[in-house]
Amino acid sequence: MEFPENLLYSEDHEWVRDEGSRATIGITDYAQNQLKDIVYVDLPEIGSEFKKGESMGVVESVKTVADIFSPVSGKVIEKNLELKDHPEWVNTSPYGKGWLLRMELKEKGELKELLSSKTYQGKISEES
Amino acid sequence: MEDYLRYLPHTKEDVREMLEAIGTKSVENLFEAIPKKFRLSKPLNLPQPLSEPDLIRHLEGIQSQPYISFLGGGAYHHFIPAVVSHLISRSEFYTAYTPYQPEVSQGTLQAIFEYQTLMCQLTGMEVSNASMYDGASSLAEAVLMAQRITGRKKILLSQSVHPEYRKVIQTYIDPDEQEIVLIPYLKGKGRTDEKAMVQCLGQDVGAVVVQNPNFFGVIEDFKNMGEKVHQTGGLLIVCFSEAVAYGILRPPGECGADIVVGEGQSFGIPVSFGGPYLGIFTTNEKYIRNMPGRLVGETVDLEGKRGFVLTLATREQHIRREKATSNICTNEGLCALMATIFLSCLGKEGLRELALMNLNKAEYAKKVVSGIRGCKIAFSAPTFNEFILKVDGDPEKVLEKLKEKRILGGLSMEKFYPELNHHLLVTVTEMNTKEEIDQWAEELEKALKSNSPIVT
Amino acid sequence: MTTHKENIVKKINDTGLIQDEPLIFEQGGEGRRGYSLPKWDVQKVEAKQVIPSHLLRKELTGFPQLSEVDVVRHFTRLSQWNYGVDNGFYPLGSCTMKYNPKVNEEVAKIRGFAQVHPYSPQEICQGILKLMYELENYLAEITGMDDVTLQPAAGAHGELAGLMIIRAYFRDRGERRSKILVPDTAHGTNCSSSTVASFRMVGIKSNEKGILSAKQVDEQMDDQVAAIMVTNPNTLGLFEEELGEIARIVHQRGGFVYCDGANLNALMGIVKLGDLGVDMVHLNLHKTFSTPHGGGGPGAGPLAVKKELTPFLPVPVIEKAGETYRFNFDLPKSIGKIRAFYGNFGVMLKSYAYILSMGAEGLKKVSEMAVLNANYLMKRLKDYYHLPYDWPCMHECVFTDRNQEKYHINTLDIAKRLIDYGFHPPTVYFPLVVKGALMMEPTETESKEGLDRFIETMITIAKEAEENPDLLREAPSRVKVRRLDEVLAARKPKLRWTGKNPNNQIPNRNSPSPPLNLRGGWGAL
Repeated sequence: MEFPENLLYSEDHEWVRDEGSRATIGITDYAQNQLKDIVYVDLPEIGSEFKKGESMGVVESVKTVADIFSPVSGKVIEKNLELKDHPEWVNTSPYGKGWLLRMELKEKGELKELLSSKTYQGKISEES
Repeated sequence: MEDYLRYLPHTKEDVREMLEAIGTKSVENLFEAIPKKFRLSKPLNLPQPLSEPDLIRHLEGIQSQPYISFLGGGAYHHFIPAVVSHLISRSEFYTAYTPYQPEVSQGTLQAIFEYQTLMCQLTGMEVSNASMYDGASSLAEAVLMAQRITGRKKILLSQSVHPEYRKVIQTYIDPDEQEIVLIPYLKGKGRTDEKAMVQCLGQDVGAVVVQNPNFFGVIEDFKNMGEKVHQTGGLLIVCFSEAVAYGILRPPGECGADIVVGEGQSFGIPVSFGGPYLGIFTTNEKYIRNMPGRLVGETVDLEGKRGFVLTLATREQHIRREKATSNICTNEGLCALMATIFLSCLGKEGLRELALMNLNKAEYAKKVVSGIRGCKIAFSAPTFNEFILKVDGDPEKVLEKLKEKRILGGLSMEKFYPELNHHLLVTVTEMNTKEEIDQWAEELEKALKSNSPIVT
Repeated sequence: MTTHKENIVKKINDTGLIQDEPLIFEQGGEGRRGYSLPKWDVQKVEAKQVIPSHLLRKELTGFPQLSEVDVVRHFTRLSQWNYGVDNGFYPLGSCTMKYNPKVNEEVAKIRGFAQVHPYSPQEICQGILKLMYELENYLAEITGMDDVTLQPAAGAHGELAGLMIIRAYFRDRGERRSKILVPDTAHGTNCSSSTVASFRMVGIKSNEKGILSAKQVDEQMDDQVAAIMVTNPNTLGLFEEELGEIARIVHQRGGFVYCDGANLNALMGIVKLGDLGVDMVHLNLHKTFSTPHGGGGPGAGPLAVKKELTPFLPVPVIEKAGETYRFNFDLPKSIGKIRAFYGNFGVMLKSYAYILSMGAEGLKKVSEMAVLNANYLMKRLKDYYHLPYDWPCMHECVFTDRNQEKYHINTLDIAKRLIDYGFHPPTVYFPLVVKGALMMEPTETESKEGLDRFIETMITIAKEAEENPDLLREAPSRVKVRRLDEVLAARKPKLRWTGKNPNNQIPNRNSPSPPLNLRGGWGAL
């Protein structure tokens, strides 16, 4: 499994790419591996706002549903519409084609609360 | 008498060997976890067990006697082909569980897939679930679904929707959150007052609910209403209680309906004093994830062969739990199978002809009864197989007289609609012969003559 | 030849008695008919003469045209791909797949029941009303409650009615309680019913013994809790020993104890739920009371309540005055109606016949044998499968796949291999509190030799897991269809026949994945 070093990670297994005042968000390789074949992704409306930790939507596999918890506070400005026809990209390319959405950050300081790749990996090995 | 032991195979020897394997002396010890103070010391107060022949004798003794029936209003006497009862008696169908293990349930699953297809073809919608409890609760779930989709609570509900269906909607929606506006019907036509409905429309209305044919048997014309509610962002929900009507009526899916639900009892299911029946629930693909109930989908197996499975289960209670689209688990699987077999027998031409026969029998009844003094067809709009008859005199007394002649002549409307206090709902199906209809009319005339004040 | 007929002639994959069979839409043909209607004795007028043509349909597009022979062969073949209780052992936990007595099927066909319209005048339905009234009394007696409604169409429907009654009770007193306590071992319907009834579900964890602890309930019980929903015995097959104390705690703060009665098969004639402090319980006639499951219903879920809650029952209720039975619709505090008419009478009739056939003695024996069978299974299998709670169970027991993990075999593999040996698998991956759960409920109608055969098979499978695990991973193989691609079914839902060719996609070579407890986020990982 991969955990690119240039990304930040949340305890709820989302990844965040810092793009200045914005951020791209997805779920980690570990998460997609646990869920197995993803069949559907339910993403929020563009323009909707979320506080850090709030559920924004869900990722579904055949027999499970998992919430996508917002790793930061902000407003949704873009979402990956391709996932409607290609939910499997979240499995095959969780950091690339399988990105979920892009947010305008409300509180840039929150990024400091996220984990580095190393810390996140340490956390995962603790859990298993 | 211990005839019930035919369902309990354990011999004394079996019990002894099993207790030995478990390592305990008596069966009673197995219940040690139950605190002694709660253990029952005397047997339950139930009647002595009956043998099979005595059971049959007892039940045959308390059955109702047959009458000629002109009753409808949400449950309909239709012919059930012998094939239907014969095939559903196959125990592989009726003793099977919900098809969670698809490899050993392809029979049930393929039959449900066929049912889902037939329901879509019937209603003109894109997707059907595998059944719900009955027409009334399906309608309530449709209303809840529309509220979820639009985020709006307010519902415009036609007064010509079946009164019991309306009561169920009121029960299902939290009384604190209820905003149901009752739209009146036109007193002359018997149809929903479209003007009144349009006046109530707004950005806060989640859905408009109409029934077709409505409780009075009248055929509604709702395409316009649908367009108007869509303009304000609401949904059109159409329900029905007489499914046979769609052998000739235009499918609501072609008239802008967003959710079409109804009662499927007319399709091969006996009236059986009110249940079990069949809740039909259909909608369009864009609302699939908001839909309650089970769904069967087509797929392939490891060898590429076509097969069927329960799918999109993440909407349901056993996975989504408190966030499920509904709490429904057991539905009306065998009833859906009955409907599927029924429709397979009737097919394209048969359902149409059945519907036509119902229409014509009712038209005949209307014609015959129009000639009777003291009787009037209450509504002018076209009807299917039910109509409202206005009588001079007390409708209960009239029905009483008919009952003495072993005819259940209709349903008094007063308890449902206080303003219809001289009215009867009369239902005629293919099961009413011309002789029966003539007899009914004759007895009706007699009953009215004896009731009416002397007229000079 | 038409395409339809070509398909029939070219039928593929017939394997002896397991024949392939297309959809009804893929066979038959123009002009075939399978129906017979009464003769036309009134004038036949075209629909458009009576109804404006814009309200009429053109035709029933896509509807099949089949002969009676086509229909009978079609559904007979379909039935042969199914497995029912009459085929063999069906140890689904919490489903109580007991034998369905055939006399019950016969009596349901009696014309004076099956052909009676629900709006018939009550004077001519006295036998039916008496039957329903007596059934209510029997169910109240068995559960130790005061009054019963037969209106709910299924267990979940009964739960919903029960929660609506609780909601109405508190509102009637001017109280607004928002919470329902639900154990982690609860059926999914308990959670979803709570939400539909506008409550917020608050989870309670079971303790290390697998049951609820009174202390835990005490900590979470407050004035905002309307009720606790328990299942007794619970879905681990264990008797909730502390229920008496739990009920006392809940009652003290003004709440109610709702019991999911799905597991009643363990308790009849042994203990009454009402005596344990339960205020309301729904029953599943299609489980405990032997009515058939029907491939997913119809069932019936009567709700029994203590008299405090009687005023809120759905209408109508049945009353007896002298020797006359009647419906009473006049209950001002009633929650209303949860369906049209009165309930699934056709199902009630079968359970009534069952209770009359068994009597008090018979029902007690049912529970005793059900519990004996489950303990026997548990004892004989515990050396081969991991038993998370190793003490006497009630009518069902739960194992896990932990012993087989080292061979990379999971619960799903074990279940699918059972199919090859002619058994319907037990319930898998439920309850959620146990990882890889295998929940088995043998019921009382299984003979000792039937159980022994199952036990021997499970032991064989345990050995196969060790010595030849591929047999499990590739299972089932002796079936109509092998493991199905559920991922494809969910990604590209095809929910009706549209006339296009069946899916010819390359099968997904990954086995369908087992469900993980990821409810509510990633915390459970």
